[in-house]
Amino acid sequence: MCLAVPMKLIEIRGDGTGVAEMDGAQSEVNLTLLEKPAKGDYVIIHAGFAIERLDEKEANARIALFQEIADNETP
Amino acid sequence: MKYIDGFRNPLAAKKIIERIEVLANLLKASGRKVSIMEVCGTHTMAIARFGIRNILPENIDLISGPGCPVCVTEAGYIDAAINLAKAGAVIVTFGDMINVPGSDESLAQCRANGALIEVVYSPSAAIKLARQFPEKNVVFLAVGFETTTAPMPAVIQIAEGEGIRNLSLLTAFKLVPPALKALMTDPELKIDSFLCPAHVSAIIGADAYKPFTGKEGVPCVVAGFEPLDILMAIDGILNQLVRNEASVENQYNRVVKPEGNLKAQALMDEYLQPVDARWRGLGLLPLSGLGLKNEFERFDAEKKHGITVKKGKEPSGCLCGEVIKGKSKPTSCPLFARGCTPDHAVGPCMVSSEGSCAAYYKYSL
Amino acid sequence: MKAELTIQLAHGGGGRLSRDLIQSEIVSRFGNGPLEGLPDAATIPWHCDKLLFTTDSYVVQPIEFPGGNIGDLAVHGTVNDLCVCGGRPKWLSVGLILEEGLPLATLRKVLDSMKKAAADCGITVVTGDTKVVGAGQSDGLYINTSGIAEAIKGFSLSPARITKGDDVIVSGNLADHGFAVLAARKNINISSALKSDTAPVHRLVQALEPFAGEIKFMRDPTRGGLSAVLNEIVENRNINIQLNETDIPFSTCVKALSETLGIDPLHVASEGRIVLICSSQVTDQILHTWKSMPEGFGAQSIGVVDSGKGRVTIKTITGGIRIVDVPRGELLPRIC
Ligand code: SF4
Repeated sequence: MCLAVPMKLIEIRGDGTGVAEMDGAQSEVNLTLLEKPAKGDYVIIHAGFAIERLDEKEANARIALFQEIADNETP
Repeated sequence: MKYIDGFRNPLAAKKIIERIEVLANLLKASGRKVSIMEVCGTHTMAIARFGIRNILPENIDLISGPGCPVCVTEAGYIDAAINLAKAGAVIVTFGDMINVPGSDESLAQCRANGALIEVVYSPSAAIKLARQFPEKNVVFLAVGFETTTAPMPAVIQIAEGEGIRNLSLLTAFKLVPPALKALMTDPELKIDSFLCPAHVSAIIGADAYKPFTGKEGVPCVVAGFEPLDILMAIDGILNQLVRNEASVENQYNRVVKPEGNLKAQALMDEYLQPVDARWRGLGLLPLSGLGLKNEFERFDAEKKHGITVKKGKEPSGCLCGEVIKGKSKPTSCPLFARGCTPDHAVGPCMVSSEGSCAAYYKYSL
Repeated sequence: MKAELTIQLAHGGGGRLSRDLIQSEIVSRFGNGPLEGLPDAATIPWHCDKLLFTTDSYVVQPIEFPGGNIGDLAVHGTVNDLCVCGGRPKWLSVGLILEEGLPLATLRKVLDSMKKAAADCGITVVTGDTKVVGAGQSDGLYINTSGIAEAIKGFSLSPARITKGDDVIVSGNLADHGFAVLAARKNINISSALKSDTAPVHRLVQALEPFAGEIKFMRDPTRGGLSAVLNEIVENRNINIQLNETDIPFSTCVKALSETLGIDPLHVASEGRIVLICSSQVTDQILHTWKSMPEGFGAQSIGVVDSGKGRVTIKTITGGIRIVDVPRGELLPRIC
């Protein structure tokens, strides 16, 4: 129902907007829905709005978990 | 961070599927068939796109739910937008709505006849268009679930701040929890578990599903849209069912917090209020939508232009309503793949990119 | 400050202004060879046994996009159509439709790109035409090009020759052009590091001469992308094409844009790539040849032909299989 992608905030402007980036794709985003957005934050973008932060630690933990599952010989 | 690839590790997928098979066999041994409703259309699409339905054990059934905003929006809404366009308004819409059939025609057909209909990626573009056409009424087609609703207060704030007077919203916002409640209490449906939407949950929080769990409830697992996320969620659901549990499990905690996005919720409370809403398939559900509060009615397209959205004429023979409720599979519709294909869609479930009928048509073999 | 020079209706009126424009902008760039003296028709030498002839019109918006503009696109597009049919491009016609008010600087830039592209492809502009339409009657600038090529000996390309066991190869990353243009449009608020892949494929095709007989089909996957090309091949035939998702080359930026905008990259155009189907004996040689060339270093074998019911399928990374559907209509950004 709601296509949204993670991107990294690379610029924050005074007017509640900023620029987010992922793999060379940049998008002008509205940051009104976030509490204290900071440059370098990973955020979830839906229809040009950052709707939530992406917790980098949790994301990496998840990727590590998948790697662990993949490496584990016996299921 | 190689974000996408990390979530699409083929070997991990294989291993999780093996785990799912083990759990499915346990359930099968006790004679259980399991129906999991994927509430959200993006899950439906991801499941289809990655071919997940046909790699699941046969006693695990995924049924698609009401989570496609295009599909649950009734024909009358499109009619209202078309009437406004014909009266000279600039209609601003997400690409999703453009081919949905109204009672007589779609917005795309209306545009071909000269109406001004602008497709945008972000609602903030509606502000730009309102500035660009100061002498025209600009109407934004404000559809969607909580995720898409959340940005709207910000848009109104900007319009207020800049004194923009020619912008209004034709609202048909829908809320997910009331729909789940209707589905759970429907005696004809037997749902063993909800696979809960990713980004709606980012706004409303994982705790919003608590009322559907517990003794009388079912497992509710929040999942992201990556194939491994979905497989892990199915694994989690089966685990709960094997253990006879029914709790909320958040498999998307890299984004979704238990309480959700409080700032977004506060903004929505400030500008919007719950209203009764009509859903295709589910009918009129009390307080299942959001509308503008009275003090912002100058932004309400219906009030501003003195119109009301009527029910409209649904395409005859189309089972979309049943499909949305999960009562019918698209393939049991007599029109499926015969009279109704994405090229010549009869109902919205075939038009919408994440409609169940489109997903079945495009992705099943 | 001097006012910006723009195209006026009189530039198309056939009078002095027309002549000046043709002389200073067209003849100065393309005016030797058959175009010299501006005859009403070009006289061209011919001494081969088969010619290829094609035409295409270019209406891309915006006129300039990252990595190119409508000018080089109009040369490459027609050149590539000739090449993938087994031709060596020789002669080109150019028809320009200019909108009143078009900045002369834009026209010059486009013509410069055309000149450069034509020289690179070894194709000569031999005839042309320029018309001007009133403001609001077009989108700045449209171009039609027609091209003639000599047939390269040894190719006998025909989809009918495709059979079970053949391999499907692409010459590099797909969908860069379509996404670069989409990202450059207004109302989307997205920009990207992505550049259009607009480029000629004549060198890639000419390098295939040693294996020409084993190559059954070539096409440049423009509008509709890879999906449109492959679906057209299998339609009404007893063959299937099976792709492997992990083998299809996309840049990370294309993947990112495709996720952001909800657009399937298999439906999106490339303008400098080849999709090729060959007997599997020559697959490795073709990949080896292409990978040693700058325009082919990203070449990949992406799938195989099997017997079947006329479907294109793809094996996803989870091991599931789905149909690759035919793209429908315009590509629109979606929210769901
Ligand atoms: S197949 Fe077409 S007609 Fe049947 S339910 Fe789906 S959209 Fe409606």
